[in-house]
Amino acid sequence: MVKVSKSPWLLHYDGSSCNGCDIEVLACLTPVYDVERFGVINTGNPKHADILLITGGINAQNEPVVKQIYDQMPNPKVVVAVGICACNGGVFKECYNIKGGTDTVLPVDIYVPGCAARPEAIIDGVVKAIGVLDEKREKMRKGAAE
Amino acid sequence: MKTSILLTVLFLILGPLVGGLITGFDRKITARMQGRQGPPVLQPFYDLSKLFAKQTFIVNDVQDFLICGFLVFTIFTGCLFFSGGDLLLVFFALTLAGVFYIMSASSANSPYSSMGGQRELLQEMTYEPMVLLSAIGFFEATGSFSVSEIITKSTIPAIAYTPGIFVGFLWILTIKFRKSPFDLSTTHHAHQEMVKGLNAEISGNMLALVEITEWYEKVFLLGVVGLFFMTSAWWSVIVALAACIVAYFIEILIDNVSPRVKWDFMFKSTWIVTLVVGGVNLLILMLMK
Repeated sequence: MVKVSKSPWLLHYDGSSCNGCDIEVLACLTPVYDVERFGVINTGNPKHADILLITGGINAQNEPVVKQIYDQMPNPKVVVAVGICACNGGVFKECYNIKGGTDTVLPVDIYVPGCAARPEAIIDGVVKAIGVLDEKREKMRKGAAE
Repeated sequence: MKTSILLTVLFLILGPLVGGLITGFDRKITARMQGRQGPPVLQPFYDLSKLFAKQTFIVNDVQDFLICGFLVFTIFTGCLFFSGGDLLLVFFALTLAGVFYIMSASSANSPYSSMGGQRELLQEMTYEPMVLLSAIGFFEATGSFSVSEIITKSTIPAIAYTPGIFVGFLWILTIKFRKSPFDLSTTHHAHQEMVKGLNAEISGNMLALVEITEWYEKVFLLGVVGLFFMTSAWWSVIVALAACIVAYFIEILIDNVSPRVKWDFMFKSTWIVTLVVGGVNLLILMLMK
């Protein structure tokens, strides 16, 4: 059977993050954590990506950007909100310009809380996302068969 | 005749398998050079099966057609080479395949894609003189453009006459394999200033076709590297295979120790190398014979 789970390609988008979570996301690619051993590639291209990692809250400026990136990703795809700001807005929640977490505009599959989210937690979230990805793939296959 | 058909069929079937395995080892060795564990050797095949399972966004009808052209002409190039055809025709077919890929990138209405297309065009302009010089070098060394005659009629390998041309060919191999410092149009590393250019707008099974094409191309190019070492003796195959492994390892090493350069440096340095090592080698060959 074809499995998406063996080759999840990431797309990392920095919403309005303070860069803390972004540094931790990139730390996952370093020799210490090396997510490439699971086949993970940081693509930087929505058309090649399976998993969308979003850090930081959503504001009026990045809302259309996030939506467009999500629309450009081919199915099956999952969204992972990394860090407390991406989960629900975090300390910026009450700000006049912040809409809230990623789930205010996109269907989020996995929440990885933390300020900043630790690389271990991010890898754990990505592994969980791979499971969701497989489920979605299965659904897609069944939908195509019907 | 029989061996040429056999080799062509072997290339058609084993080409992508060998190319994928080479890519897998490449990623593993690259990771080890960077102090990482790296993905499994079969990772390129996992990627491929995933891409076939994904949804494909079709940007326009022309792009799919052009990518199929890229695939067909790359396979044609390889088949012609491994069946022992004319080396000039082989290299022209390779150029045509490259042009199909560039046109597919330029057909998409995306800035990254067209930027990749323009850069690939520059790359093609950069390496093409050296490719032609290699073909002429083979002719001067062995007296024939035909791949089968180059092998069967020579007792001394072509490398003995064309060491300079071989160095020049290794130089442009870096461009053809999309290795840093010359991976301008599209790259396998995430840290470059433009990661995916040429294939930015290609997704799903179309991207899978591009991957397969690049594997075919890889096997063909290593075949040309091997041709420098081939003679009519059977054991020259072993020498050629060893040379391919060493050449590819050098490419991986260069990939990992050098940052990407700007297009004008790539262009100037490659043409200088072509002129100095390739041109001088050819001049000496012509005067000696």
